[in-house]
Amino acid sequence: MSGTSGPHLIEMRNLTRTYQLGTEEIHALRGVDLVIEQAEYVAIMGPSGSGKSTLMNMIGCLDRPTEGQYILDGIPVETMDDDELASIRNKKIGFVFQTFNLLSRTTALANVELPLVYAKMPRAERRLQAEEALVSVGLKDRMGHQPNELSGGQRQRVAIARALVNKPSLLLADEPTGNLDSQTGREILDLFRDLHSRGNSIILVTHEDDVAREAKRIIHIRDGRIQA
Amino acid sequence: MFLENLTIALRAIGANKMRSLLTVLGVMIGVAAVIAVVSLVQGMQYKLSNDLQDIGSNYLEVYPDAGENRNPFLQKFPELTIEDASAVQKSVPSIRQFTPIFLGNAQTKFGDTRHAVPLRAVSGAYQEVFNIWVEKGRFFTPLDEEQKKRICTLGLTAVEKLNLGNDPIGKTIQIDGNGFTVVGIMEKKGGMFGQDRDDMVLIPFSTASTVYGIDNMKRLVLAFQMKTGTDLDMVKEQITETLRGRHHLAKGARDDFKIMAQEEILKMISKALMTTSLVMGAVVGIALLVGGIGIMNIMLVSVTERTREIGIRKSIGARRRDVLMQFLVEAIALSGFGGAVGILGGYVLANIARFALSRLVELPPVHTPFWAIALSFGFCAFLGVLFGFYPAAKASKLDPIEALRYE
Repeated sequence: MSGTSGPHLIEMRNLTRTYQLGTEEIHALRGVDLVIEQAEYVAIMGPSGSGKSTLMNMIGCLDRPTEGQYILDGIPVETMDDDELASIRNKKIGFVFQTFNLLSRTTALANVELPLVYAKMPRAERRLQAEEALVSVGLKDRMGHQPNELSGGQRQRVAIARALVNKPSLLLADEPTGNLDSQTGREILDLFRDLHSRGNSIILVTHEDDVAREAKRIIHIRDGRIQA
Repeated sequence: MFLENLTIALRAIGANKMRSLLTVLGVMIGVAAVIAVVSLVQGMQYKLSNDLQDIGSNYLEVYPDAGENRNPFLQKFPELTIEDASAVQKSVPSIRQFTPIFLGNAQTKFGDTRHAVPLRAVSGAYQEVFNIWVEKGRFFTPLDEEQKKRICTLGLTAVEKLNLGNDPIGKTIQIDGNGFTVVGIMEKKGGMFGQDRDDMVLIPFSTASTVYGIDNMKRLVLAFQMKTGTDLDMVKEQITETLRGRHHLAKGARDDFKIMAQEEILKMISKALMTTSLVMGAVVGIALLVGGIGIMNIMLVSVTERTREIGIRKSIGARRRDVLMQFLVEAIALSGFGGAVGILGGYVLANIARFALSRLVELPPVHTPFWAIALSFGFCAFLGVLFGFYPAAKASKLDPIEALRYE
């Protein structure tokens, strides 16, 4: 698969994001131009305060730019309202967080079903698709377990299954191995590689070099600008 | 989606059982109070309308009425005498049955047992007029009345209070110092408005006139049973004309008596009961409002506690509306649960109250009407919406980035 057919996965043009913190203006992003193609595996690196998180929030449609243009999968999203963004997040993006962010007291299966609930998929179909996603991350036997009955690696797998269940255009992972020991982190990265080889687009936000090296392309960000 | 929200809500409530229970306690108690009061009052009303149906729609009574503005020092209380009754009987052809009623209080005594009891002096037609019948023994015959016999019939409570035993008929009791032979026991009527209608002694009207003196019996109640199909309005006019003439009332002066048909009595009592219900309802409404504020309080806590959950839900595609509904359903589930338990508790409470009070007054069986249940439940749901809306709206407006960062 190459990015020459169809729209770019991500196209950002002169994207800026300015916060008002008291009387001070914080320029988190100062004109970002970024193109990422379909099926790419990209790592975003940068020290804290570099605007890395802001960029990730922007890519994940959790935030809106102050200025500039953002086209995701051919759809301009910079002017969308909250509910439209929620719908984009639901259909186009699968989030994987450092702290897993699973709902407690909720089974793995129910956690994975959640995006489909908001997509208003019928119950039976939903269940089937969620089971499929859990099987694909190797958790066939853990579907009925609640997060506190699962190991860290298993929790992150549930989170990945939840991110994939809607067949999103983009898997967006924020320090996915940050809370895991190196062995388990390795397994998760192997899973990402596998997912990429099956045609999934992945963006990984990290500050660890050896994690970033997993990706085919590394984007460095510093002071709200992309370096190379 | 609603089903999912309900599942989430029940799980959230279940996760904080004690807190949830304490939160809805206010609503529970409020609803229980409403249902208890309404059940008792409706029970009375139900019994009452049944009783009045026994009397029938052709019942009419006339009693002296001074009006509300009488000056007790200047105006004497109006009279309604047996002569008035005779005049009415003559001028109204559609009367089927009639009894005058002299109401008094009597000291009764049997052996060493004394008992103060309401006394009614009535004619033999009393049974037909009120549809209240002798159960054991007999009632007053025309011969009894003619001979002014010293006989009486008793209600069941009076029999008990006087220690008359299982077979009181034929025994002689003292009524205000005069010996009367018990000839009959009246059927059980039960209590009403805290008054035991079985605590009563009936004596023939003619006998009373010799015992108490007819001059002391000038404030009678006249009770009529009209012929079927009678135009009651016309009868009222006839009675009014007769009595106004006899009482020499000037044109424009108000009647010094009142005529009530069965329907009007029912309406009047219903209105009084309804007023009681409404006043109680208003008081309890305030209690429920306070309960609602408790729900709002705990929902605000819940939203804060679950900020991160809200962030997660939003990040994977929950819209504002979805989050709003989730918390709204939770608030409604809380208040609805409180309402349901309250309704049940109120019903039980009403029965306990009836039982506990049974030594003092006999209350009719509790009657919980469907509308009270529906109304209470509906009001609880409304409370949930009212007080759940603000916390839910707050949750729905959370910024997903902030919410995800919340520890």
